[in-house]
Amino acid sequence: MSVAVPPQAGAAAEGKKQGVSDRAKAERKLGWMLCAPAVFAMLLVTAYPIGYALVLSLQNRDLRFPDEGGFAGLDNYITVLSSGLWWSSLGNTAFIAIVSVAIELVIGMILAMIMHRAIFGRGVVRTAVLVPYGIVTVVAAFAWFYAFDPASGFVNGLPLIDDDKAWFGERWSAMAVIIAAEVWKTTPFMALLLLAGLTTIDEGLYEAARVDGATWWQRFTKITLPLMRPAILVALLFRMLDAFRVFDSIFVMTRGSQDTESISIVGYNQLISRLNLGLGSAVSVLIFLVVLIIAFIFVRGLGTQTPGED
Amino acid sequence: MGRLAALGAVLLACLATACGDGESSGSRTLNWFIAQQPGGALQKIADRCTQQSEGRFKINIELLPAQADAQREQLVRRLGAEDTTIDIIGMDVVWTGEFANAGWVRQVPEDRRAAVSENVFDSVLKTAQFEDKLYGAPLWSNTQLLWYRKDRVGDTPPKTWDEMIDKAEEIGPAEGQIQVQANRYEGLVVWANAMIASSGTAILTGPETVGLNREKTERALEIMARLGASNVHAPDIDTSNEGTSAIGFESGSSSFMINYPFVYSSAKANAPEIFEQLRAAKYPQVDASQESAPPIGGFNLGVSQFSENPDLAWDAVQCLVQEENQLQVTELEGLPPVREDLFDRKQVQDAYPDFADVVKESIADASPRPAETPAYTDLSLAIQRALHPVTKIDPKDVGATYDVFKDDVEKAIKREGLL
Repeated sequence: MSVAVPPQAGAAAEGKKQGVSDRAKAERKLGWMLCAPAVFAMLLVTAYPIGYALVLSLQNRDLRFPDEGGFAGLDNYITVLSSGLWWSSLGNTAFIAIVSVAIELVIGMILAMIMHRAIFGRGVVRTAVLVPYGIVTVVAAFAWFYAFDPASGFVNGLPLIDDDKAWFGERWSAMAVIIAAEVWKTTPFMALLLLAGLTTIDEGLYEAARVDGATWWQRFTKITLPLMRPAILVALLFRMLDAFRVFDSIFVMTRGSQDTESISIVGYNQLISRLNLGLGSAVSVLIFLVVLIIAFIFVRGLGTQTPGED
Repeated sequence: MGRLAALGAVLLACLATACGDGESSGSRTLNWFIAQQPGGALQKIADRCTQQSEGRFKINIELLPAQADAQREQLVRRLGAEDTTIDIIGMDVVWTGEFANAGWVRQVPEDRRAAVSENVFDSVLKTAQFEDKLYGAPLWSNTQLLWYRKDRVGDTPPKTWDEMIDKAEEIGPAEGQIQVQANRYEGLVVWANAMIASSGTAILTGPETVGLNREKTERALEIMARLGASNVHAPDIDTSNEGTSAIGFESGSSSFMINYPFVYSSAKANAPEIFEQLRAAKYPQVDASQESAPPIGGFNLGVSQFSENPDLAWDAVQCLVQEENQLQVTELEGLPPVREDLFDRKQVQDAYPDFADVVKESIADASPRPAETPAYTDLSLAIQRALHPVTKIDPKDVGATYDVFKDDVEKAIKREGLL
């Protein structure tokens, strides 16, 4: 995930004033020129596919029936939105996203504070925390799958756990493993974003609070949390957008059975398995809209600022 | 520097002799897309045919993933994009309709039909046809048998599913489990189709007509539900596949298993004591008065519509499916040949000691999955959704499941709705 930094925010602000200086103009021009290649690349690799998906979603297109085709209007969208499967998978996705991001936030915050306060072995601690994030998601998903698989896994051998427990044979246990794998995998990312926020807090504030007799909890809730609000919101935004596209873990562990289907799995089934490009594109466009709405809520509703904004 | 020079020399040598598929040498490379088999038979038969072509072509195997649905996903994306690098396609028995209807594979040329279908089981040939035209040359077949433990079951295996479940319940859940494949995947369709066919009806009676006689389908569903509700199914039945069934059986908890013949060599290698007791019988019947219709699997070879050398590709296919190659596949992979006249050969008798006849009868009586519809993927997904998990089907009220099932099948062949 990359973070685009708006070019020359200062220059842009100046530009609104009357009588822009030559220097500011030149800087603005340079800014545009510098980001032009990136804008062009983004248009090529993201805008074009998104536009193409939009076009496909309005057509009757099925790779298996090359002779068919034609304009479908909103039929594909009606099919998706009137299907119970879409809504139940949307519910599953929201559930997985909200629960896993909430757990990640708590654990990530603890890890961030440990990394921040670690006096010796800082490098080792930070590296150790980051290991799961460095593992390919599919590999991580397989590792978790095999750990919980009754035939090959060690989990059923642990005390207090039934030897025969079929984790992926039942909805909530399957959900729990999927969420656990997601949490394990992306908590380091959350921790890193939070750590960045944590380091910006002035130590003097804590000292002053301590002098005034504030307890640890008071310092945490009155200083750390309010000052970290922007960092927390950014972390939540990024992880929420990410979590809403959850695919790998579910695909590897249950392939969507036991009612653990996410909207991405539904999209995959229509597009890749059924080769129904029209219907599948409609699902993709709807996923895009859902993600857009989440981003909108975060940015407009909660006032999340992306890095680089003032 | 020395290394660089050596590399340069190799490159030059390559250029001079037209490394790989040079047209100058007159030999063309034919790409055969198929999943690797663990015994290495495919490479052997490809090499043999390359040799027998006397320089006219060279067969190059392009490996596909082990899972059938992953194989299909890779193939259809290439075929959908009219990829000319595919010449020969290893087609699972359920892909024929889809590939033929989309115009991705060629009909077997008239003058080659006899050669590739001679002595081939009718049931196998049916899997290579679409709308009564032949699109594939069968290479190997497969079928499911009833595997049981002689020490627990005795010398006479049960004939019907009900008898089997009765016997398993008598033995008890600790040792009497019945292993089937009922995860939400193609294996569940294999099971359901065999049950429905064995009950005397069919999921489809034509590419766009649904069969599913109510009474007979309900009888089939009732048995699946009975196993799902009993305590003698495997604990992981709702996530079970061919592999987990074999492992479950090898762990000693089971007395019965429905599975392909690979379990024979698997047990021999992994659980020699259980292997001693392992016996094979024909797929159980649904109805005591009607022979069972076991599942059929296997691969047929097709030639891509986009191949630039279709004639050569057909030559290669004709070579690949010949007798000695089928037998080599049986010998090294334990997969049954597609020609009924090969079952008395040594390779088959060695692969299936004492039960070659059962395999033969099973393939002859087998009922293919309803792949006559080009929308088979939709149908398969719909069946999986309607019947999974079998542990939740109420054996006393299968009518409700039947209604959903039939409705979903009807929608699926019209490609309606999300799946």
